[in-house]
Amino acid sequence: MANRMSLIIFSGTADKLTAAATLASGGVIMGMEVQIFCTFWGLMAFRKGAWQDPAQQKISAEFTEFASTMQEAMAKKGVAPWMKTLSDAKELGDLKVYACGNTLDMFDIKPEDLEEIVDGVKGVAGFISEAQDSKITLFI
Amino acid sequence: MSQVAVKQEVDARGSACPGPMMELIRAIRAAQPGEVIAVLSSDQGSKADIPEWVEKAGHELISQEEQGGYFRFVVRKIH
Repeated sequence: MANRMSLIIFSGTADKLTAAATLASGGVIMGMEVQIFCTFWGLMAFRKGAWQDPAQQKISAEFTEFASTMQEAMAKKGVAPWMKTLSDAKELGDLKVYACGNTLDMFDIKPEDLEEIVDGVKGVAGFISEAQDSKITLFI
Repeated sequence: MSQVAVKQEVDARGSACPGPMMELIRAIRAAQPGEVIAVLSSDQGSKADIPEWVEKAGHELISQEEQGGYFRFVVRKIH
């Protein structure tokens, strides 16, 4: 089995993206090959500039009552923006980010509309073929 | 204990997980084998994570101490 971590980022909310980016960087730090498959709202968050747009920085619906507390705590405690964590991880090790082709088609998004951190486009089978050989697979 | 010459001290206090670890890894990569790097971290996860990484990556943890509200790790790059 490959020393690989496969993450499916389905959620586009800042709290879950922060968790996903932190886990991905942990994988890279511990020497794993990390692949991230971004789909639905998760892929929306990878459109150019989305992560820097306060209007698009939403907290998961079930936790909205904690939104302001969380944002304050994150700023105060030096939690890096999730995209920064992800790009730092990419610089340190083997991390690949793929866009879900189906989501691109569904929402008329072109690969060039996505942040540079995205390495390419994959279909579900392409992701699964690597995920079936992963030690850790998470859906976030 | 003999004094160890620290080549570089990385102050990652105020940076949250995984920031301090990433800063340490960057500094280790840039260093030459045998050089010693110190990292300061106020992130509680670092206490367990940094020794874990150092062992896994095959470097040497020379010391780990807690000072007023933060940790200081001294690591020698082995390879």
